[in-house]
Amino acid sequence: MSSAAHSFMKLFRGSGESQGVKPAPAAQRLTRRSSGLGELARMLQSEEPLCVLDIGSTSAGNIRYLTERGHKIYSEDLLEASTDPDLLIKNDQGQRTLDDKKFLTENLLFPGGQFDIVFCWNLADYLDESLVKPVVAKLWTTMKPGGMLLAFFHTREAGPDAPCYRYHIVNQDTLEMQHIEARRDVRKGPTGAVHSSIEKSFRLQRVFNNRHIENLFRDFSSIKFFLTRDNVREVLVVR
Amino acid sequence: MDTPRTGEFAHIGKSVVIKGELSGSEDLYVDGVVEGTIELQGNNLVIGPNGQVRANVNAKGVTVQGKIEGNIRAVERAELRKSAVAIGDIFTQRIAVEDGAFFKGKVDIQREAAKPTQAAKPETQPERKNPAPVASGAAVGTGSTNPSSGTSVLKS
Repeated sequence: MSSAAHSFMKLFRGSGESQGVKPAPAAQRLTRRSSGLGELARMLQSEEPLCVLDIGSTSAGNIRYLTERGHKIYSEDLLEASTDPDLLIKNDQGQRTLDDKKFLTENLLFPGGQFDIVFCWNLADYLDESLVKPVVAKLWTTMKPGGMLLAFFHTREAGPDAPCYRYHIVNQDTLEMQHIEARRDVRKGPTGAVHSSIEKSFRLQRVFNNRHIENLFRDFSSIKFFLTRDNVREVLVVR
Repeated sequence: MDTPRTGEFAHIGKSVVIKGELSGSEDLYVDGVVEGTIELQGNNLVIGPNGQVRANVNAKGVTVQGKIEGNIRAVERAELRKSAVAIGDIFTQRIAVEDGAFFKGKVDIQREAAKPTQAAKPETQPERKNPAPVASGAAVGTGSTNPSSGTSVLKS
């Protein structure tokens, strides 16, 4: 999938900038309807406490929304965690890449079959190529059979500078989107020195087409696409 | 629970490093380094912007502006300010998280406050493997006051 995604990205980068999505100012929040969340809402209305994993940026709104409904929420900001400079290695070709094994020894340390719902948001579009498949495979093991995962994928029309958002659940089918930037001070190297190699904001790494997405989630039992008007495809996947 | 004025809280300055069990019966402001456990039965803990705590914490209220690695058990309320980096599980009745705070762990909202005797027990096992039921009444974040759940507000 890697080479296909890269060639697709070249095509994508050749598209006109005028089609790109411009980020809202950091403090401003945009609102969007989410059909995928609407589908999940039925599950979230369950009387039984659910176990929910949010792997997007920490959202106070999501913690509030879910805990008010009696669910348990686990939060892990995987995109931020992927900026740890200690993960950098060179592969067989001498190219810089991220150590997916080390990444998974420090993140997603949950027993198998724990989660009913996983909010993946737009992580796959911004996460380093080397981590995408291992993370999805790990998510598969941490989810319960029948558990659901919500993910967003940009379309080519979104443009290469499509901003990375933090998603806040407002109600059963509405999200607020807040432009996020990488923190510089979350991780320190072994010597305690602060690394400054982290870029100020996250950049779209690739664009998945429907086939890539189906391939990414091929171990899951079903996948449902929701087309939206803001150049984002919502995907609801059932374990 | 804003940054305390001098005299209101016992103060651990930013050049101080403490390793071991820290306990007390007054409010505490930590701007230095603490490794071990912190037990403040019925009192508040504030981890200042320079504070680095690697400890399980038991207190009435816990406010984090700096960094904590360890479980937080706040009988009444836990607050993560925008500069906070919190890695560990949080057990509390009410929680407030400012935008920009980094949190990795579980939030377990508890319907009733843990009894002081229970709260004073040090947490020796990671609670992730012992999922306690969660109740409503949670309140988080930057929103407005919610009288029904006793929520207060954080402004980022």
